[in-house]
Amino acid sequence: MSVMKRVSLIFKSKANRALDRMEDPRETLDYSYQRQLEMLTQVRRGVADVATSRKRVELQMNSLRQNQNRLEGQAKQALGAGREDLAREALSRRSALQSQLTDLENQYHSLQADEEKLTVASQRLQAKVEAFRMQKETIKATYTAAEAQSRIGEAVSGISEEMGDVGMAVQRAQDKTAQMQARAGALDELMASGALDDVTGTPRDDIQAELDSMRSGPDIELELQRLRGELGGGSTQAIEGGAAASDGAATSDGAATPDGAARPAAAEQPQAGEGA
Amino acid sequence: MIVRILGEGQLQVDDSASTELNSLDAVLERAVNSGDEAAFRSALVALLDRIRALGTPLAADSLEPSDSILPRADADLDEVRSMLTDEGYIPG
Repeated sequence: MSVMKRVSLIFKSKANRALDRMEDPRETLDYSYQRQLEMLTQVRRGVADVATSRKRVELQMNSLRQNQNRLEGQAKQALGAGREDLAREALSRRSALQSQLTDLENQYHSLQADEEKLTVASQRLQAKVEAFRMQKETIKATYTAAEAQSRIGEAVSGISEEMGDVGMAVQRAQDKTAQMQARAGALDELMASGALDDVTGTPRDDIQAELDSMRSGPDIELELQRLRGELGGGSTQAIEGGAAASDGAATSDGAATPDGAARPAAAEQPQAGEGA
Repeated sequence: MIVRILGEGQLQVDDSASTELNSLDAVLERAVNSGDEAAFRSALVALLDRIRALGTPLAADSLEPSDSILPRADADLDEVRSMLTDEGYIPG
């Protein structure tokens, strides 16, 4: 038998089983309506789940893009400082992030499509549930149990088919969302654990550290020179005394006495007490 | 006749199209039986495309059951096989 007929027969037998369950066919109407309301809730929850998943993927995409931009900035900075090796490293890390980003983009589009389809399905089901509700009231008010039989059969099998269709769509979306949440969770964990730091280039990554040290390098040299000038080429003893004098600069002499050495230790104690 | 494409909704298709649709359906059935994934995909897409081209969507609040039901376009071969055999497959 053809595919079209076989699938539709399976749906019909499902609807018939629902019809056979009740003694009074009018009870079938209420039972079916309850199931429809449940399915509506389920499909709306499905839409919300997919939307949540899509937003999470979006956040991860943004964070990967930021990392890419930073790596590009670093590459420029390194190139400006004549460090082609460092620029090359930054660019290669930037391109390594691209495959992850492409993967997320695919997930994003797929979730977006699912969300749209489920939203349409939920609107369609809602229209049918409302039509069913009105028909149910009419049938209950107008017909006896025996008379109602055939009319109930039509209404129930029509909506039962829709429920089967929507039910499959929701189930599929939920399976997929669960899978994607697991992958997104794994990526979040990797980012949080720092395992991806080498790739994503967090603010304290090694490229940045080297760029920072290049920039601060000349300044430190200048500072050292200035300090040497201030000391005026004094003896080593004076340098040792100078280190301690920063603490006790106000005291005229004896900066390196046991008194002066005890002061910082005493000052530490109340701090420790505060912390405890 | 009314045809449902799963995941898309129901369409009203003129009965005069049934010969053409049945022959496309027969190609699909052969592909399902042979297990040839590529043949299955192209047969399914061909049939669905034809139904979409010929049919007009049914009103959303219609409660009419369909005469024929077809799998969604991206359903895989195993899914369709289990749909044709497994009784408990359809929720709702």
